[in-house]
Amino acid sequence: MMRFSTLIKNPADWMRGSGPHSEIVMTSRVRLARNLRDYPFPGFSQEQQRVDLLANVRSVVEALPEMKDGFSDEYVNLSKIRKQVLVERHLISREHAARSTGCGVVVDRKQSISIMINEEDHFRIQGIRAGLNLRSAFALVDQVDTELEQELAYAFSSRFGYLTACPTNLGTGMRASVMLHLPALVLTDQISQVVKAVGKIGLAVRGLYGEGTEALGNLFQISNQHTLGEKESEIIAQIEKVIEGVVRSENMARAKLKEDSPTHLRDQIGRAYAILRHAHILSSKEALNLLSLLRLGADLDIVPDCDRGLLDMLLLEIQPAHLQLQAERELTPDERDIMRAEITRLRLQSIAPPVNVSHSESPPPTGGSFQETNDE
Amino acid sequence: MKCDVCTNEATVFLTQIINGQMTTVNLCETCSKAKGVTDEMGFGLAEAFLGAGNTTNVQRNDVLTCPSCGFTSAQLKKIGRMGCPHCYDTFQEGLDQLLSSMHKGTRHLGKIPTRAIADSRRNASMEELKHALQSAIDEERYEEAARIKIEMQALQTPAPQAESQGA
Repeated sequence: MMRFSTLIKNPADWMRGSGPHSEIVMTSRVRLARNLRDYPFPGFSQEQQRVDLLANVRSVVEALPEMKDGFSDEYVNLSKIRKQVLVERHLISREHAARSTGCGVVVDRKQSISIMINEEDHFRIQGIRAGLNLRSAFALVDQVDTELEQELAYAFSSRFGYLTACPTNLGTGMRASVMLHLPALVLTDQISQVVKAVGKIGLAVRGLYGEGTEALGNLFQISNQHTLGEKESEIIAQIEKVIEGVVRSENMARAKLKEDSPTHLRDQIGRAYAILRHAHILSSKEALNLLSLLRLGADLDIVPDCDRGLLDMLLLEIQPAHLQLQAERELTPDERDIMRAEITRLRLQSIAPPVNVSHSESPPPTGGSFQETNDE
Repeated sequence: MKCDVCTNEATVFLTQIINGQMTTVNLCETCSKAKGVTDEMGFGLAEAFLGAGNTTNVQRNDVLTCPSCGFTSAQLKKIGRMGCPHCYDTFQEGLDQLLSSMHKGTRHLGKIPTRAIADSRRNASMEELKHALQSAIDEERYEEAARIKIEMQALQTPAPQAESQGA
């Protein structure tokens, strides 16, 4: 199996690839909650039962063809920082990372599929794809689920479907979620309307790292809340339809920004670039918000030939646990801010500055005082 | 006030209603962390200190207990989660109402695992055969009992292609 360092060294498949609407939709993820018939759910089991379950199923999960040469470990062998790195990569949940004995995770080589063992349910099978591609993410986990089911006795009732620890996951046990980058909707103050509208249809909107987290870097996750009484394909089709609408709104807001306040937009993006290229202290919040503007600049061709994969990877590299993993020790918040700035300066060296736009016919003479930008 | 676990000064006071009885636990900072009082899953905290078996005189009629895992209706009310898959049978009453407030419907319409269905059919016929075997033995029809035993053994070995068997 693959070593932790090898897994983390490489960018995930979704970071390299692109999918439909990938300028706005970062990822599509689908997770299935599954349980075994003859064990109590992890939240109500004895530690020994969780240990036994992990011991019984781990080899079955590792033997899946999709997991060939993947990463697999028990949490007792993983440091807090390593688990946090997996959270930052969206491979395991924060709740799962907080646990230890009897818990484990198996991740495929491409970091597209992860299977958490003894999360809130015995299994959480997750698939992740670039862009708006929930169908393909579902196909990934559906296949793995079908294979697992041949080997394991699932808890299933024809009436309630897949039986889960929490009744909110009952039925399909499926949560489909899409991560969106919506800077223009935020800049034009339309985001709260969008969030409200999406909430009304029964979908949930969350921040970057799930429930209760702040929408840093203008990143939002939209996912289904209902899991029972609908087919998987219906749930996915509904979300995709809603996301198409949100993408349209974001594109309209971007066009409006470009049309109504181009100078202001260039100014924001130029400042973001300048700070990221030259700062020596960067908090996580500041870095994420500035990188969001840089990405917007790339999408609008204000920052030319910008490598999006590099930005995606940087977004992860500057997360607290990734920094500490690289430093090979725990860092204070101050130390992290310094290291974050250093890595950012280094990585962005290869990105050319935003297009320099002059508002006059000819460039201003040296020392001259052209009055173009004073339109107030 | 002293911590219930060590002798330090208690700073965390935990009150829970378990099976209709109020339980209070006093803890110091260290012990509360060690025992995971900050655990956001919030499962049976008092049980973690008092031992899960601490259920003196709780066998009241209004408390339903899952025969498979020992989870009670009171715990379900408190945690909002089930103890084991069989809890969905035990706590069936009122479940539809709860589910209709959470979901689009109360019946599963999604994916069906082929093996789980085959298993449940097999279990049902196994139960029938067990009954038949018992009555055959009781009535001293030993030849028939032997035949049933063979049938049961055949049922236990999973057939590689069980699809063709009609429903």
